[in-house]
Amino acid sequence: MELSAAVMKQWALRINEKMQEHKDKLSELDQAIGDGDHGHNMARGFREVANKVEDASYDDIGAMYKDVASTLISKVGGASGPLYGTAFLKASNAWKGRDMLDSEAFTEGIEAAVGGIETRGKASLGDKTMLDVWIPVRDEMKEHGADAEKAAKTAEKEAEATIDKVAKKGRASYLGERSKGHMDPGAFSSQLVFEALAEVYKEEAS
Amino acid sequence: MAKVSIIVISHSKELADGIVDLVSQTKQEDVAIAAAGGTEEGEIGTSVDRITGAVESVTTEEGVLLLFDIGSALMNAEMALEMLPELEGRITIADAPLVEGAYIAAVEAGMGKTLEEVKKAAESAKEWKKIED
Repeated sequence: MELSAAVMKQWALRINEKMQEHKDKLSELDQAIGDGDHGHNMARGFREVANKVEDASYDDIGAMYKDVASTLISKVGGASGPLYGTAFLKASNAWKGRDMLDSEAFTEGIEAAVGGIETRGKASLGDKTMLDVWIPVRDEMKEHGADAEKAAKTAEKEAEATIDKVAKKGRASYLGERSKGHMDPGAFSSQLVFEALAEVYKEEAS
Repeated sequence: MAKVSIIVISHSKELADGIVDLVSQTKQEDVAIAAAGGTEEGEIGTSVDRITGAVESVTTEEGVLLLFDIGSALMNAEMALEMLPELEGRITIADAPLVEGAYIAAVEAGMGKTLEEVKKAAESAKEWKKIED
């Protein structure tokens, strides 16, 4: 798998489209177990990201994703700002100076992103958070190489699997057992991130 | 002599501003207290930029203590620290209830205590009994 700067820009723009499209579902999921602002926050944050990168010209994918990260960090007031912001900031360091990402380079970025989310959120696999999607996606990439289509499928499956888990982090953790039966909103927004990747990669290849 | 400054971080602008008003009533000489409440757009949430801005407005040689309300306010406070590496060793976050913590921190800072002492005092507010047996 190879991702050009153009495709990487399309990824950011497609994430925005997905967040706008699923804004209400993200908020509904968050109303069930959190504070209900996830759709609003993700939609606003990625709209700002799209505004920032759409007309800019980037050769350096690292610089592009540094802009993505700093926009999310400044514009999103909830937990998703620092978490997604840190994820893309760490990834941008791994992608610095590159105008093309091969499977290995892309995976390095995802690995760094997961490390960033873990440090910022202090969560682990199984805590019913976005990491329940990001960690399996990373593990699969490390083992078999980056494959956008597979990443999207894994993300979907793992987001679905958060339904039966008990939340250990964030506001949902106050609910304990009652958090069961609801998909984690951060896991669903993470699924959308990887679905966006699969879509833009497929369109580029065809 | 420079004293420890205090930053009150809340998801709500009104809450942060109100706590600063409340604590300022104790009239601690030379103790600067700044609010970092809400998002840039005035919504419920916290903002790294507002936190770093508040810190920069009150930084002293003695240091700055950050107090926060709930949840992701901590993540944004931690990001603010990372964005101000020049203040390392002079800035820290207290694990304390916001109202009581800010109150006791202001009093201790007013007495000229060190950053570490002010932080400890603010954190001790967690053990306070508000109603006697």
